[in-house]
Amino acid sequence: MTEPIIRFEKVVKRFGDVTVLDGLDFTVAPGEKVTIIGPSGSGKSTILRILMTLEDISDGVVWVGDEPLWHEKAADGTLKPASEAHLHRMRTRLGMVFQSFNLFPHMTVLRNITEAPVHVLKVGKAEARERAMGLLDMVGLTEHADKFPYQLSGGQQQRVAIARALAMRPDILLFDEPTSALDPELVGEVQEVIRKLAEEHDLTMLLVTHEMRFAREISDRVCFIDAGAIREEGAPEELFTAPTEERTQDFLRAVLDDG
Amino acid sequence: MLFGIEWDATNSWTLAVSIFPILLHGLWVTLQATVLGFFIAVVLGLVLAVLKAAPTRLVSWPTRLISEFLRDTPLLIQLFFLYYVLPEFGIVLPAFLTGAIALGVQYSAYLSEVYRAGIEAVPIGQHEAARALNFAPTRTFTHIILPQAIPRIVPAMGNYLVSISKDVPVLSVVTVLELLNVATIIGDRTFNYLVPLSMVGGLYLIMTLLAAQGVKRLDMALPKTGIPLK
Amino acid sequence: MNEMTWTDYLPVLWEGAWVTIQLTFWSTIFGALLSFAAGLGKLSSNRALRWLSVAYIEVFRGTSLLVQLFWLYFALPLVGEAIGVNLRLPPVVAGILALSLNIGAYGAEVVRGAVQAVARSQYEAAKALNCTRRQTLFRIALPQAIPEMMPPFDNLAIQNLKDTALVSLISLADLAMRAEQLRNYTQDSPTIYTLVILMYFGMALVLTALMRLLARGVGRWRPAGR
Repeated sequence: MTEPIIRFEKVVKRFGDVTVLDGLDFTVAPGEKVTIIGPSGSGKSTILRILMTLEDISDGVVWVGDEPLWHEKAADGTLKPASEAHLHRMRTRLGMVFQSFNLFPHMTVLRNITEAPVHVLKVGKAEARERAMGLLDMVGLTEHADKFPYQLSGGQQQRVAIARALAMRPDILLFDEPTSALDPELVGEVQEVIRKLAEEHDLTMLLVTHEMRFAREISDRVCFIDAGAIREEGAPEELFTAPTEERTQDFLRAVLDDG
Repeated sequence: MLFGIEWDATNSWTLAVSIFPILLHGLWVTLQATVLGFFIAVVLGLVLAVLKAAPTRLVSWPTRLISEFLRDTPLLIQLFFLYYVLPEFGIVLPAFLTGAIALGVQYSAYLSEVYRAGIEAVPIGQHEAARALNFAPTRTFTHIILPQAIPRIVPAMGNYLVSISKDVPVLSVVTVLELLNVATIIGDRTFNYLVPLSMVGGLYLIMTLLAAQGVKRLDMALPKTGIPLK
Repeated sequence: MNEMTWTDYLPVLWEGAWVTIQLTFWSTIFGALLSFAAGLGKLSSNRALRWLSVAYIEVFRGTSLLVQLFWLYFALPLVGEAIGVNLRLPPVVAGILALSLNIGAYGAEVVRGAVQAVARSQYEAAKALNCTRRQTLFRIALPQAIPEMMPPFDNLAIQNLKDTALVSLISLADLAMRAEQLRNYTQDSPTIYTLVILMYFGMALVLTALMRLLARGVGRWRPAGR
């Protein structure tokens, strides 16, 4: 087996008195498409937010490739808390698509996509623009390049957000409930884009979602998380058709009845 | 000598110690002017707010213009106007009272906006619910709207109380012996402005920091859900 | 001696009004610069800068403008004497300095508040795109915050215009000073003060109109959607 690209090692995350992740162990292989499911409050989104360095960890180690994310290796080999420079460097490997899109409202669609490549990666303007147009083409929005986010539907905004994340050429792309904030009729177009990405790219993808059918279609592996730890994981057809854990069964029964 | 108290100008320290009680006299006048001005502003502001919300434009528009005029012109000029022009019409008031009225008039315009904003911040759904329950308009206002507006209005009023205290030194131009005036008189006579003026700055800082704490406490003490009127 | 009519007052008052306009202009400009410096300073990750900004804001918001003006004009020269530097400021310098420092402290809270009011999700999105703190501030946060600052800045500019009247008390020949001189000369206070108060009101209306234009200029950064 190849070296994992993401590895959580006994990771603990507390918010005040509440323990959200309780000694989580979790790995993802390069290019793997993994979906995390579980009841709300189970810590699914926290895993993504820790990877994107939006939340720090209370204990344990997170590895991205062969480097610790929230630590740096000191000269004597021990781990010390990461500096901002280290986090900055590590973030170049990751990208994130948010539940509420979080496009920059004061920039056009094109600027939203080129802003970070030009000013963070120092890519030339013309090159960034060309690549942005390519990405817009991929998500089917070339004609909207000069519009502002508020002029787009939620589904279109989320497609722009996916293009924006891809423009940074991440190795790992995190999707935090990318369709939860959308009207039902707009969910399909966003899922279509994600599905295409999953099929055509060797990008590592980590997805948190409530859409079980979609999870089943695009994932190599599904992890069920509850109360801060992974309770069951496996290929989607196994986990969805024959879950072994009682908690997984309960959860799946509840959400599938809903949908 | 001021207020019957002598000062000792041997050096800065003796001066500071000896003028402290004199400055406290001035501070007392400042506080009195602040409270009286605030009281006038609270009442006059309420009148302005009600007239601004009058159903006929014949009343609401002129009131808005007056309110805008009061907010957009300097306190100093309004004060001179009252002080020099009123006597021409036979109205002669003591300087202290004229000053407090000027403060009250200027800040009434600000407070009328505070009332309006507080009331408008109550969601439209509250009006609709009251209407659906068939409350009379006055009952809707006193029992539904006002209780929810008060937690927004009171802290803002507190902030304006503090602002008024910082405008009281303007009253020195019509001879009111408030804190700054007392300090400049001491400066004029001892040729040492640094000590009295710095002490005034320090006293103001203490006063406004304490007041800001008070407003903050008040804000936290007021239930955000509203205060029911009995 | 009292043969002047109200039209004769106008040239004298206009001379004062012109001084008032210049005082307002310069102190608003310097005040705005101070607002951004201290407002962003208060949000800085540098502790010394943060403390300096907080101290400046608290001192100038916490004391009276007239006290600040008198301190700069009457007390500062004595500090200068004590340390052997000439700190005797010309009235116009003391006036603009006091007005700018005072309004800048209020403006700093406006800047800080507007920057902090930018949604947390915007900062998270910027971080996910690996923007540095500086890039996030100048490219993401400020463009969204500046349009929100405009209404309070409008109020502060008016406040500043009104406050300029106080510099007449350190013998600057602004509109308020000219009014006082005319009153001493003619004793015609009703006419003079009516004219003067209307002139201040007129200047305030023009200033508001200018601030609206400026707000529309930066408003293009604000999306109509949110």
